[in-house]
Amino acid sequence: MIEPGLYNYWIVVILMMAGFFIVMSHGNLVKKIVGLNIFQTSVFILYISFGKVSDATAPILDEAYTEYSNPLPHVLILTAIVVGVATSALGLALIVRIREAYGTVEEDEIIAQDPDS
Amino acid sequence: MRLRHLFAVVMLSGIYSLLSAGIFVQLDAVDVAFTEAAVGAGITTILMLGTLALTTDTERPPVKRQWLPLVVVLATGAALIYGTLDLPLLGDPNAPANLHVAPRYIEQSGQEVGVPNIVTSVLASYRGYDTLGEVTVIFTAGIGVMVLLGGTRRRKRKKNRP
Amino acid sequence: MRHHLVLRVVAKLLIPFILIFGLYVQFHGDYGPGGGFQAGVIFAAGFILYGLIFGLDKVQKVAPPAWIRVLVAAGVLLFAGVGVAGMLLGGNYLDYGVLRHDPVHGQHLGILLIEFGVGTTVAAVMITIFYNFAGRGREDR
Repeated sequence: MIEPGLYNYWIVVILMMAGFFIVMSHGNLVKKIVGLNIFQTSVFILYISFGKVSDATAPILDEAYTEYSNPLPHVLILTAIVVGVATSALGLALIVRIREAYGTVEEDEIIAQDPDS
Repeated sequence: MRLRHLFAVVMLSGIYSLLSAGIFVQLDAVDVAFTEAAVGAGITTILMLGTLALTTDTERPPVKRQWLPLVVVLATGAALIYGTLDLPLLGDPNAPANLHVAPRYIEQSGQEVGVPNIVTSVLASYRGYDTLGEVTVIFTAGIGVMVLLGGTRRRKRKKNRP
Repeated sequence: MRHHLVLRVVAKLLIPFILIFGLYVQFHGDYGPGGGFQAGVIFAAGFILYGLIFGLDKVQKVAPPAWIRVLVAAGVLLFAGVGVAGMLLGGNYLDYGVLRHDPVHGQHLGILLIEFGVGTTVAAVMITIFYNFAGRGREDR
């Protein structure tokens, strides 16, 4: 570690690339959704890292503390998580329908069944 | 991530969500950690398992080794790591993200809104418009799932009744 | 899974606490961590647990899908309605200060109401999604 302050961002990059790799390299649609979730979480960690202030506490007002972390990223990510689960539910529902229509959840088999594409 | 058994993949992703909730607590984001633990580890895992029950739970082994994604990922990762070198250090109180509107929220929300949890007051009051949008997105996703998965069931039931 | 005694007993013990904890998170969100989003998810988790252990029919008797569908829309309408109420009382859209004579009290009331709307929608959507997934699985068998 040359600069310990950047350590967090490197973890974010590693997680992000792991998710990205899963999405690109795997043909299985369920695994693609898992990869997207990992990618998503890495972005959450990135935002929360921006809001962190050292020696500060969680942003709940109290007499005993004067330093708080930045609450704005927390709000953004809070809603993003719930929207994320709603969108993955939609994606999973689409997978279920694709499975019913094509009988498989592997991407290349679906493409092979579609003469147009 | 070379597991073929999707059940194990889903369980591991649930554990991963729980661990990331721990990271969020460490970074002072208790609200976010709470949500991640409930949503990521709970609901998402259940939905994934539901999907697996409806589809298959094993993945077909890949036909070929894929070098292109690996190269793309490594190149992008290297570029991103180079990008992080310019970012402010973790926990820096003078980072640009912490200087814009956040101090105002922290100082004024106690008097203006009177709610100790700043995340709640920003979420519901200062950024109420955004939150309304988020709720609408969830609403739409719910409708979408209903349309995708619920439609044929009703038709089948009508067929059975007469 | 329906015949597993340990699961049934543990679930029966846990579900009331999950629901109460959901309500606590909902209405205590102003003071501690929590709020509509988390409360909705926890509340839905209670119902989903019941559905997983005791079967879809029983949980649909407790929470009929038609009601849940009404609640999905009711939450969004409550949120938007609070905004319109603020406008009718002479403020801006989603300005809670005018709901009461004291702006701080108005803010408090407004936040409580819209958090309740958020919680209702989130819980109802999660339960609906679960119903749809589980109902689809039962058909295939």
